[in-house]
Amino acid sequence: MKYLRSVFVPLIILFVMVGCSSDNDSPKDDQNDTFDRAAMLSNWADNIIIPAYTAFNLKVIDLKSKTTVFNQNPTVENLQNLRTAWEDAYVSFQHVSMFEIGKAEELRFRNRLNVYPTDVLEVESFIASGVYDFSLPSTIDDQGFPAIDYLINGLAESDLEIIEFYTTNSNAEGYRTYLQTLSNTIADLTDQVLSSWTNGYRDTFVANTSSSASGSVDKFTNAYIFYYEKALRAGKVGIPAGIFSNQPLPENVEGYYKKDISKKLLLEAIDATRNFFNGKHFGNNSTGPSFKTYLDYLNTIKNGENLSALIDSQFVVAENKANELNANFVLQIETDNSKMLGSYNELQRIVVLLKVDMVQALNIAITYVDADGD
Amino acid sequence: MSLVLSKYFQKETEAAPLAVFRVFFGFMMFISIIRFWAHGWIDQLYIQPKFFFSYYGFEWVQPIGDYTYLIFGICALAALGVALGFKYRLSIIIFFLSFTYIELMDKTTYLNHYYFISCVAFLMIFLPANSYFSFDAYKNPLKGNSKIPKWTIDSIKLSICTVYFYAGLAKLNSDWLFNAMPLKIWLPSKYDIPFLGDFLQQSWVHYLFSWSGAIYDLMIPFLLLYRPTRWLAFALVVIFHVMTRVLFPIGMFPFIMIVSALIFFDAGIHHRIIQFISKLFRIDYSKVTSLPTSSGNVSGKRNRLNRNFAIPILAVFFSIQLLFPWRYLAYPDELFWTEEGFRFSWRVMLMDKVGYAQFKIKDRESGEEFMVHNSDFLTPFQEKEMSFQPDFILEFAHYLGNHFKEKGHKNVGVFVESYVALNGRLSQPYINPNVDLMKEKESFRYKDWLLPFNDEIKGL
Repeated sequence: MKYLRSVFVPLIILFVMVGCSSDNDSPKDDQNDTFDRAAMLSNWADNIIIPAYTAFNLKVIDLKSKTTVFNQNPTVENLQNLRTAWEDAYVSFQHVSMFEIGKAEELRFRNRLNVYPTDVLEVESFIASGVYDFSLPSTIDDQGFPAIDYLINGLAESDLEIIEFYTTNSNAEGYRTYLQTLSNTIADLTDQVLSSWTNGYRDTFVANTSSSASGSVDKFTNAYIFYYEKALRAGKVGIPAGIFSNQPLPENVEGYYKKDISKKLLLEAIDATRNFFNGKHFGNNSTGPSFKTYLDYLNTIKNGENLSALIDSQFVVAENKANELNANFVLQIETDNSKMLGSYNELQRIVVLLKVDMVQALNIAITYVDADGD
Repeated sequence: MSLVLSKYFQKETEAAPLAVFRVFFGFMMFISIIRFWAHGWIDQLYIQPKFFFSYYGFEWVQPIGDYTYLIFGICALAALGVALGFKYRLSIIIFFLSFTYIELMDKTTYLNHYYFISCVAFLMIFLPANSYFSFDAYKNPLKGNSKIPKWTIDSIKLSICTVYFYAGLAKLNSDWLFNAMPLKIWLPSKYDIPFLGDFLQQSWVHYLFSWSGAIYDLMIPFLLLYRPTRWLAFALVVIFHVMTRVLFPIGMFPFIMIVSALIFFDAGIHHRIIQFISKLFRIDYSKVTSLPTSSGNVSGKRNRLNRNFAIPILAVFFSIQLLFPWRYLAYPDELFWTEEGFRFSWRVMLMDKVGYAQFKIKDRESGEEFMVHNSDFLTPFQEKEMSFQPDFILEFAHYLGNHFKEKGHKNVGVFVESYVALNGRLSQPYINPNVDLMKEKESFRYKDWLLPFNDEIKGL
């Protein structure tokens, strides 16, 4: 029975640890040969996410005000200003689309702002009836940037004909109202997301250094990879090029009605994703901790291949390949779809490196269920 | 030899250890099912998914919609019956059948410890676990007995020893011992554990954990069996399993193993445990102990049943248990890569594998082809498990092929572009992308459409 003491003492220590280990969210003091996950989270939040949202917010405010100006006085010049504001905001959006966590996740932000192709018939029926609710999941393809694209670029062939919808059309009021609501919705949602970050979510995010599946690192990595695979690789290139269907679907390109913006948006998105991977600050050339440094740190432990270099160089390859495409993806698909497929293949390689190699290296959990690594 | 054997099978010992084992086993199973229910996993894993991966030969075992809750309910009640020793034989059989049915419903949720529970439950059907400290013995003292054949308790010890020892043997490979894989991936990610978090980043700690894990698994059966080292062994069991619980999301398993290790102790401890439980639940301890120690007729009939029925069945059972893990030797290429013969062999938490599988459907009549979004058909958990296990990939390929056939496509071919990263190696192509999986059938034969593993893992 004298062994009992030798059992209970370690038992007590270990039970204390078990108790303390579930969802621990206090930041740790780290020695200099460990990786500071809290620093990575704060680099993400303070130097990339919040600045990107701040910049985007300014753009959507401008979009909203240019919409108001246009609606008050639908001239060609105001239409073109509105169009420019829309394009600038759309480009800026590529830098925040991947951050589908927190408030953005709650609001289904990406789905509210960028589902394409727009359901034109439904939009027209909404405009005619004047009755619509953009908060319903069924209306995601009736709102957002693609819907504005239709309303300022897709209604007719020439600017003068487009303007008629807002002036002489029997339901000009309906068109103006719908257009204004689209811009207002984007601005309002963006404001909500940015406010959430600057009024508390940032602290929650950075403090949640838990290594569990509900910790910020795991949750965000899953969101990042999901964005890249589905919204970027499939949405911008794969689906229009016909990878997931019998035939190419040129009507499913991003910026369909503007016609010459698809490549610009794709390049911007690849750039944003790559910059995030490398921890590059939004708006300047400094870098901070991110996936690249995390992988490099882990790599020094496991002496494997230099995964971060492989990923970054593949980003460059994908960018170069995408650069060869025509600015107008519809034209590219119709004249030489093999180039779209080639671009897709290079984007695809990054999916494997992120979803297989990076996920393994970072030991990211994608599920909450019991597992035993079999 | 057979005289020695038959003498052994007639040896008797106190029933208390087996009774305690039964109580704890039933109770822990009951808690496990409640926990599973409370987490919402019944709905998430067995009702929400559109499709379930089946074990070869058990495709007829499927969830039954909302009535699946009924199976879990029956299982929980049976577990309670086992714990109380109430209509024990019926309870344990129902528990075994319902629990095994649950495990057979979807291969995605395969865990070695669920397999262990099924094995133990099967074994316990043949053991007189209700002869002591049970409702059955209380209601009918003639059925009770404070002495049982020694081999019944030994068989549980053999079960536990097999699991540990084979788990230890499985760790004797170059990835585990010389590369500290997969712990080198798993440990650094646990940076937020108090006290240990920083240590887990160090390389020497990875090797320490790998080697001690292997040594622990190999030695613990012997340390538990040998009386002078038993208490030390139990302390190690507690430390090892609490540690793994802290580090890994493995649910109830560590506690089940800790409690199971009690069976190695002599009856004295178990009498004290039973006394403690009796006091806790205000059971009259004197009624528990007032059982016959042996009797002619009942014992004779029990002996005959054992000799002609239980012992032969269990002999076959244990032979299978001891031989089955070696079947991987019949297949070419690296076991960790091909997974042929990996399951049901106590290869517990042995490797980290991540995969990616993109399926292409070809309609040969029209010449059209397109890729499929796995997420249209599978849950994230299913997709993750499917992506690195060839039998899953094959089954899913057939499911997709049949699905699109029903949609009107003709002469459907299914191809997969797949990559797998094993234990920190860079991802490699896994399956021949030119093989039409619709033409391949599941069988015990080697899957020759797997691409070779371009590396070597030495050892078992």
